[in-house]
Amino acid sequence: MTDEVKVAKMTTAQAIHDALDLALAKDPKVLLFGEDVSDPSGGGVFHISEGLSTKYGEHRVRSTPISEQAIVGAAIGAAIGGYRPIAEIMFMDFFAVAMDQISNHAAKLRYMSGGQTGVPITIRTAAGAGMQFGAQHSEMLEAWVTHIPGLKVVVASNPADCKGLLTAAIFDDDPVVVIEPTLDYWVSGPVPEGEHVVPIGKASTARPGSDVTLITYGREVKFALEAAETLAGEGISVEVLDLRTLVPMDERAVLESVARTRRAVVVHQAVRRGGLGAEISALIHENLFGELEGPVVRVAGPNTPIPYAAELESLFVVDSADMVKGVRKAVQQTR
Amino acid sequence: MTETLPQRTPDKETLARMFELVTAINLTDERFRTLLSSGRARSTYYSPKGQECISAAFGALLRPDDYCVTMYRGLHDHLAKGVPMRELFAEFLGRVTGTCKGKGGPMHVTHPASGLMVTTGIVGSGLPIANGLAWAAKLSGTDQVTIVNFGDGASNIGAFHEALNLASVWELPVVFVCQNNRYGEHTRYEWATSASQVAQRAAAYEMPGVTVDGNDPVATYWAADEAISRARSGGGPTLVEAMTYRFWGHIFGDNMRYMPPEERKAAMDADPTVRYRNWLLEHGHLSEAELASIENDTLAAIDDAIAFALDSPPPGPDELYTDVYSETVVPA
Repeated sequence: MTDEVKVAKMTTAQAIHDALDLALAKDPKVLLFGEDVSDPSGGGVFHISEGLSTKYGEHRVRSTPISEQAIVGAAIGAAIGGYRPIAEIMFMDFFAVAMDQISNHAAKLRYMSGGQTGVPITIRTAAGAGMQFGAQHSEMLEAWVTHIPGLKVVVASNPADCKGLLTAAIFDDDPVVVIEPTLDYWVSGPVPEGEHVVPIGKASTARPGSDVTLITYGREVKFALEAAETLAGEGISVEVLDLRTLVPMDERAVLESVARTRRAVVVHQAVRRGGLGAEISALIHENLFGELEGPVVRVAGPNTPIPYAAELESLFVVDSADMVKGVRKAVQQTR
Repeated sequence: MTETLPQRTPDKETLARMFELVTAINLTDERFRTLLSSGRARSTYYSPKGQECISAAFGALLRPDDYCVTMYRGLHDHLAKGVPMRELFAEFLGRVTGTCKGKGGPMHVTHPASGLMVTTGIVGSGLPIANGLAWAAKLSGTDQVTIVNFGDGASNIGAFHEALNLASVWELPVVFVCQNNRYGEHTRYEWATSASQVAQRAAAYEMPGVTVDGNDPVATYWAADEAISRARSGGGPTLVEAMTYRFWGHIFGDNMRYMPPEERKAAMDADPTVRYRNWLLEHGHLSEAELASIENDTLAAIDDAIAFALDSPPPGPDELYTDVYSETVVPA
């Protein structure tokens, strides 16, 4: 017997606010801090934390100096000291400033201490191009963090998953990087009310299909669904797999799907070279080489910084048309 | 023992405790260098010899539940905070009985039971983490104090400045302890640092900054006492700069050509352990028999710890995969 879960329509920003609010209410050890997050500073540059410092106090929801190393370092120390801090790094590009704390400390302290000190922190960050923020406020840098053992990494594709994955991250005992596609903050969708948890490590089949598996995550999922619809008109049945968690990746879901469709297209906005697509492609080739109809196709950003001009930026960002081309390529290369 | 020696003398128990710690650091360092030189142990080793009085002074004041963050040159801080000698030696030798099951090594010793929370190999990066520990204590309403040790070189990295600023703005119960040993790796202090003393930098963050003779355990004790008391009573952070000298260069085995021989000889001739021992004796604080008893007990403990470590096995192959995450993910 299950209780019926009420669903409300809300934006991703509201869904994230909801997750933060519920977590702060549930556990007094949860802390939220970063640049501008408290109400006197405007409740966050995207207003996501609006009202929370008033509700839970400036000691738990706190604006910090513009000091990314100090922010992540404070999160790590507070975590070792028994808290569950949520640190906000405004844009993922700013990870560069805090990377020593993220890579050398948050990720490694559990291992280096032989399991004595865990670091249950959540690092929330906005990422992705499409708003003409230029080369330093637009990057998807998931490949940086997925390369570091000790970190978990999640990227949601819809408001409900944003809420559920963030909730899971906050109460996870390991450091979790939560990448929030910036443009999605204003996108609406159905979101379960009350506590909602999407388990870390589980992919989701966004659309079932039988001819080719389109594997992606984050904002690209909705474009993948558009591409799948277009391709259905051409008689190509596309399965869209939304990874949701990048580390630990649901490898079983990837391999199970591709074993059925025997063709795979991997999509991400981040630049192609050294991107996560290469890892996913290798995973498939290593496990299913003999069963594939053709090599895995990658659809990814060009190997350039992100340009400012809207015309160039839209060329940089992979869209459903790029995915349609990628799928056609995968289907045509049948051996 | 020096002209800067304050009039006040700590009680005998404190003086003896500091001598125990100074002796433990001095002799442990000596024995570890012998182990390395003789080939019985292999390790990167950053000898703290010369800096032992600083750790001893803080160690005599800190409670077990106070937090300590230190760095790769950290053996003196580990011992002074109470990390057990057996587990410490075993960790240095990479054995499964070490504090971190041999997975951290000398640069990453952790022992929460002693309050030794982090040892980092990255210059200056302990300061932001110390803030977090201090913040946790403050939020929890305890009167725990966090100290973070670092060298003069760390005062030139961004994390130092970010951390001092945040600690001051948030009035955190943290003591920043700069062990100024005159060199950042192989480069002399004055060639790398704009301020004539690191403690001056505290003024930029509106926190008290004090420079003390770190080779004088009594002077360091009183400076530490003031800073720790301030933090414990809600008075916020302090930057303590303890002037000292490292006897064995940056990493044990380096050629030390960048250290003028006469400068090093002068420092070694004024060995702070020897000086403190003589002072205790001359002023009648501890008798020769009491001092010798501490030394003999320490040597016995070190022998026991070395035997324990050498007899311990390395971590098994399964340990490669454990402790990466809270749950073990075994590779396919």
